[in-house]
Amino acid sequence: MDQEKSSSLWTLFASFFKIGAFTFGGGYAMIPIIEKEAIEKQHWITDSDMLDIIAIAESTPGVLAVNTATFVGYKVRRFWGSVAATLGVVLPAFLLISVLSYFIAQVRDNLWVAAAFEGIRAAVVVLILNAVVKLSKGCKKDWFNYALMGVSFLLVALLNLPVIPVILGAAILGILYTLFVLPKMQAREKEGK
Amino acid sequence: MAFLKTILTLFGTFFKIGLFTIGGGYAMIPMIKAEVVNLGWMTVNDLIDFIAVAESTPGPFAINIATYVGTIVGGDSGIWQGVVGAVCATLGVVLPSFLIILLVARYFDGFKDNRYVSAALFGIRPAVVGLIAAAAFTIAIGVFLGLSIGSGQNLFTAAASASGVSLNWRSLLIGALAFGFSRWKKKLHPIWMILGAAVLGILLFGLPEL
Repeated sequence: MDQEKSSSLWTLFASFFKIGAFTFGGGYAMIPIIEKEAIEKQHWITDSDMLDIIAIAESTPGVLAVNTATFVGYKVRRFWGSVAATLGVVLPAFLLISVLSYFIAQVRDNLWVAAAFEGIRAAVVVLILNAVVKLSKGCKKDWFNYALMGVSFLLVALLNLPVIPVILGAAILGILYTLFVLPKMQAREKEGK
Repeated sequence: MAFLKTILTLFGTFFKIGLFTIGGGYAMIPMIKAEVVNLGWMTVNDLIDFIAVAESTPGPFAINIATYVGTIVGGDSGIWQGVVGAVCATLGVVLPSFLIILLVARYFDGFKDNRYVSAALFGIRPAVVGLIAAAAFTIAIGVFLGLSIGSGQNLFTAAASASGVSLNWRSLLIGALAFGFSRWKKKLHPIWMILGAAVLGILLFGLPEL
């Protein structure tokens, strides 16, 4: 930690402000820019630190950009470092949308703007569908994954069930499956051989 | 006092959204739909429109949507109340991530290798895919068929009581073009697809109104 004392809270804030201001869509789109700033330019973290951070951010709830900023800030300057980095990554979007919100409200009833949004909605459906396809490729292709995908889809799409119990239920099923079902299946496979 | 209650509800709702979103970005949509739409702060169409705005502006989606909802909900009581609302909602959505990462960084070195954590995620990951697919489905039947599912309804009761449900061929055409386009130019930024759809929207929905 000692060699990083030279990085001021201000540099942390400014770097993450830049990261927040130049990524569209957030999340994974942010990773290349964070790598450039935090690894190549500032030498705050190494490549393997970055992989650790992504793994931790993926396995904890919340906003990926905030997870990463908090973690890098903490590594460099502990608590206040994490505050500075998180504030930096949040502020650009906050300021821009605060201003934009008033304009959105004013123009939305305009005939042409309303027509444009009517068209945009169809494209947004496609954007979300593409995200589903992309994310499903990251899951294992076995009966357990397909079943969980299908059941949680049906429960919410058809029955309009609340989302949080479905997530908690899936977490419990995940634990039961990996701790009880999976070891048995592996043992049976070994016997078979 | 009513305003104080609104502010606290904003903070609490977005705290919950931040706490139960795993995967970020689009994984947040089912939670936002469930919470924000059910509270009457936004219609499903408002949410879809804002997804397009968020895709076209910098910054994480979660921050964009929290700031927006905070501004419009607080803004009902005045401009400065809108700013307070935005701060509370954004703080709410950021705090769970911030606090959890602080704890993990400080105390749990082996967190990501913990067998219970990875076992829980083994179940959560596919469920989140199913949840986003469900959000896509609900949004799609709204856009293409004009069928919306209110809170306390399910697909069947909504379909039985719905009126004015018909296939919207103009939206379907734009959606089909957008889908083909996104398959053809996979690397292209979504902002171009949104702009293209906006132009088509103006041509197909705006011109006939004249």
